[in-house]
Amino acid sequence: MDTVILISQVIMSLALIFTFVRVVRGPSLPDRVVALELFSTTVVGLVGVYAIKSDVASFLDAAIVIALMGFLAAIAFARFLERGGPRDD
Amino acid sequence: MIDFIKGALIIGGALFILLASVGLLRLPDLLTRMHATTKAAALGVILIMLAAAMHFAEVGIVARSFAIIVFILMTAPVAAHVIGRAGYFVGSKLWSGTVKDELRPNYDPLTHELKSGLETQENAKRQPRETDPD
Repeated sequence: MDTVILISQVIMSLALIFTFVRVVRGPSLPDRVVALELFSTTVVGLVGVYAIKSDVASFLDAAIVIALMGFLAAIAFARFLERGGPRDD
Repeated sequence: MIDFIKGALIIGGALFILLASVGLLRLPDLLTRMHATTKAAALGVILIMLAAAMHFAEVGIVARSFAIIVFILMTAPVAAHVIGRAGYFVGSKLWSGTVKDELRPNYDPLTHELKSGLETQENAKRQPRETDPD
């Protein structure tokens, strides 16, 4: 079981690296917002796997909070884009 | 047996998340990237949370992980819709191989007005009748 968890953590870290490449390269601000949302979703998955590994169920509460923050950040960024704030992308 | 199912769910969820990030990296424009990330990443997190529910197997924790699943299923489409809408309004470029953009001829980006294609002089002067459906 520990091997499986280690493999899945490696896979999700790789996913975080790919997502980060898109955050850096992304040609426009909406691309970066999409990448940041995938970032928070990946972190939710990592926290879930860590909860299984460490046998501490309270990490799932942290996962709920991270998912909520990612959603609110995406909504806020979209509002900011539609209102037409100052952009540098 | 339950360890095997748990391991398969964890690896499958991680692979789906990796697939989402590869799609985000490789696909050509904003809408196709969103198409890759929202669905695949949501499925990956759902699989991992199912594995967590099977691992702990207590009522409170199973309810909590199902709450995460329902939350992801409810928020991922809303966030994708809002970002896609904002991206279209800001004028992010579509892929050069896009076949059809049905909003382009009917939508005025300056006034945010959407035409129906029925704006004639006759229709502008027409009064509502009793027989019109509401």
